[in-house]
Amino acid sequence: MAMTLAEKIFKSRLRDEPFPGTKVLDIDVVMCHEITTPIAINDLVARGKDRVFNPDKIKVVIDHVTPAKDSKTAQQGKILRDWARRHNITDFFDIGRNGVCHVIFPEKGFIRPGYTVIMGDSHTCTHGAFGAFAAGVGTTDLEVGILKGVCAFREPKTIRINITGTMPEGVYAKDVILRVIRELTVKGATDCVMEFHGSVVKGMSMESRMTLCNMAIEAGGTSGVCMPDEVTADYLWPFIATEYKDRKAALEDFKRWWSDEGCEYVKVIDIDVSHMEPQVTYGYKPDEVKNISEMEGTPVDQVYIGSCTNGRLEDLRVAAQYLKGRQIAPTVRGIVSPATPKIFREADQEGLIKIFMDAGFCVTNPTCGACLGMSNGVLAPGEVCASTTNRNFNGRMGKGGMVHLLSPAVAAATAIEGKIADPRKFRKEGI
Amino acid sequence: MKSFGGKVLFLDRSDINTDEIIPARYLTEISKEALKPHMLEDLKLGGFDPKDPKNQEAGVIVTRANFGCGSSREHAPWVFEINDINVVIASSFARIFRQNMFNCGMLAIELSEADIDKLFGFRHAAARIDVDFENNSLTISSGNESSTFHYQIAEFDKALIKAGGWVEFADARY
Repeated sequence: MAMTLAEKIFKSRLRDEPFPGTKVLDIDVVMCHEITTPIAINDLVARGKDRVFNPDKIKVVIDHVTPAKDSKTAQQGKILRDWARRHNITDFFDIGRNGVCHVIFPEKGFIRPGYTVIMGDSHTCTHGAFGAFAAGVGTTDLEVGILKGVCAFREPKTIRINITGTMPEGVYAKDVILRVIRELTVKGATDCVMEFHGSVVKGMSMESRMTLCNMAIEAGGTSGVCMPDEVTADYLWPFIATEYKDRKAALEDFKRWWSDEGCEYVKVIDIDVSHMEPQVTYGYKPDEVKNISEMEGTPVDQVYIGSCTNGRLEDLRVAAQYLKGRQIAPTVRGIVSPATPKIFREADQEGLIKIFMDAGFCVTNPTCGACLGMSNGVLAPGEVCASTTNRNFNGRMGKGGMVHLLSPAVAAATAIEGKIADPRKFRKEGI
Repeated sequence: MKSFGGKVLFLDRSDINTDEIIPARYLTEISKEALKPHMLEDLKLGGFDPKDPKNQEAGVIVTRANFGCGSSREHAPWVFEINDINVVIASSFARIFRQNMFNCGMLAIELSEADIDKLFGFRHAAARIDVDFENNSLTISSGNESSTFHYQIAEFDKALIKAGGWVEFADARY
């Protein structure tokens, strides 16, 4: 029978079907951060079940508020740190080596095609970019994942999204996913996996594919997924070189996860990007999206470049191309947070950090903080932020604040003008 | 088996997200009790006052589509639980929130949009809803008026509530 990628993973990792319609899967990677995990740990301790199913399959990072900003966040870090130590969890990334979870874990090579991945974080769907089934879960599901290495799901249906055409100047993966969410709405993919296909996706780097899959949850999707191909094999090669005789062999192996010809999709969406404009959100939901021509001139107080959506080296390069030799508007606070130490170091070596600083940006350490209004760039009531993050919910970056979601290119142009601006107006500089 | 029901808090909007239910600035708390005063603090809904003491009297929320979208934070069900709300009734839920409710031993009940409209017909009365968990039905009542609705629930979700949550269920079985 023809199967989708998600159906193949469900079949391969099925542990139990306790009731019709409920599938309990073995989980390959359980990821933890300091916001949702400490309560799971405390609950396991209180139940007399302070155990882990396999310390090598548990990956831990402190990323949401780092360095700790107060006693409470210090305590969250301490609970996580002490727990990782007592259970010999060696993949634990603390200050100095930590980065945004959905950027640092793929960078470390923890994700492979066909894997099942859970985390107490909704943007876990990012990792589907590798052809994995990766789903955000709550603290209780995380707790069971830690204890038993399993998680229960209703088998998701799959929506196929074909992205074709030629990417126009100034348009990037972020614009494509905002365009997709605009079409699907914030609930259009609930209980579904979003499969990204088409020539545009094939031509994308892993970084861009992660940007696509990252925002699947904003349409309600369980996981975003891309078919693992040469680009995937190249990205993973440093981590899998001992497992395959060459990249071609790895690719052949990956292909077994590809959705079959004739598999069942609940919906197929075709988007030709050839004449697409950069996309910007205008309201308090990620599906409230307009073309940039309708949003230009909206004043902003802050520009934020970073997060699990757009804090990767590729994103920083794009922004730097527009910012080089220019100054941000005096009315704007510019903040950039490279998402991992590796990205920070490479951005420094390439001269991007200097470009950001010369333009008037504040460069912060890797952290999620500003995206959800916890630290490092919280808004005051009435303030507006142009942000490369993923959520524009009311109060998301600070009570009473407003967020416009957009690409790193639009963020850079907006920083220069102090109001939402079309990057296509600016000449890109060599970096 | 605990009982499910109570006075109704009507939230007449779709796509209410978990940032609105409990803002991220309170996610540094590691006790449920500390979340209590912040329920629905950032809800964008005309006429809704998060500080209205009547909210504290509610045991059931009735709302529209895609309730609980956004963040995976289980703090959203917890802030309801600590405020003695153990049932949310909507025309649809976001996946993670729905599972978090059952995992915590709370009910996320889906009804058709037409049935949700009928429940909203009671919004100006002092309505209460009582759930008959065994028979998958709920009754809304106000004064002499009452109306009963049947709902579907996955066998797994029902079993979780009977088992006292997913941790006990999973630890016994796997």
